[in-house]
Amino acid sequence: MWWVQLLNSIVALLGNGAGGGGAYESIATATGTGSSGTITFSSIPSTYTSLQIRGRILLSTAGSITFTWNGLTSNYIQHYLAGSGTAASASGSTARSSLDINILAAGEATNPYVSILDFHDYANTTKTKVVRQFLGYDKNAAGGEVALMSGMNTSTAAITSITLSTNQNFTTNTVFSLYGIKGA
Amino acid sequence: MPSTYEPIATASGTDATISFTSIPSTYTDLRLVIVTTKNPNIYINDDFGTAYSNTWLEGSGSTAISARSTSDSSWRPYNYVTQTGSNRTMMTFNIFSYAGSTYKTALMEFSNDANGSGYVTRAVSLWRSTSAINKLTVTNIYTATLYGIKNA
Repeated sequence: MWWVQLLNSIVALLGNGAGGGGAYESIATATGTGSSGTITFSSIPSTYTSLQIRGRILLSTAGSITFTWNGLTSNYIQHYLAGSGTAASASGSTARSSLDINILAAGEATNPYVSILDFHDYANTTKTKVVRQFLGYDKNAAGGEVALMSGMNTSTAAITSITLSTNQNFTTNTVFSLYGIKGA
Repeated sequence: MPSTYEPIATASGTDATISFTSIPSTYTDLRLVIVTTKNPNIYINDDFGTAYSNTWLEGSGSTAISARSTSDSSWRPYNYVTQTGSNRTMMTFNIFSYAGSTYKTALMEFSNDANGSGYVTRAVSLWRSTSAINKLTVTNIYTATLYGIKNA
């Protein structure tokens, strides 16, 4: 009906204009199964300017959380600025097989680890890829960490897949959401 | 594709205390953007107890430190300089999986430059409750805007 189409058009205009939502699109979401330590976003379209992954992470038991892209297992580099709750620190490392999501402390089952990963110019085929991360978790008196991380890989290939991994299992309360951000 | 980053509500005032109520559970994450001259405190679902904690990473312009509050009464910045005149401080919270049944964690950014003094702070904040977040109360705001972020 014509009035339904008109209403949908008005809703679309309001949604795009008011929130800038038209430039920030949800591509895919993945949740943990409780029995696997690997989540992969594959066949990522090259039609955006940037990608963002927002993660809320809970593990079956304490463990590490890492990520890679395009199946690459070498030539990662990372630097971070971190706070443990008692001291600020900075460090870096080269020739890595992956990049860290948890920096100072292990992920665990009760207190969510959260991370925002931003990949800029991910579809470019002539430049190395850089990612920035804002991450943290807090478990009240038992500790926590907050950190800013910069990571890269020397490959110039466009990013078409991103894999998030743990040496434990991602619980069913783990959610990774992949978003695409359009340029003008 | 449908819109995924949507404004839910906006409030304004002068060092005002405001509440966003009846927050719909239809989003994945919330993003709260605050303009202030002081140190906003955030309370969830009218919980004024001690279920909050914060871990801060802060630069003062000359020193980087990290600090923690445990069994705190709110989500909040650590140090701050009160702004004067037309100067303002910006603060944001990314609140993850706010409608879920696990403890709630947020990433906070606090940008407080007072021309000669101030702080840049990043923090992670925890609310030890498994209840869905349906109300946020924020103190000391000039403007506060709440956004919802949907996933696929």
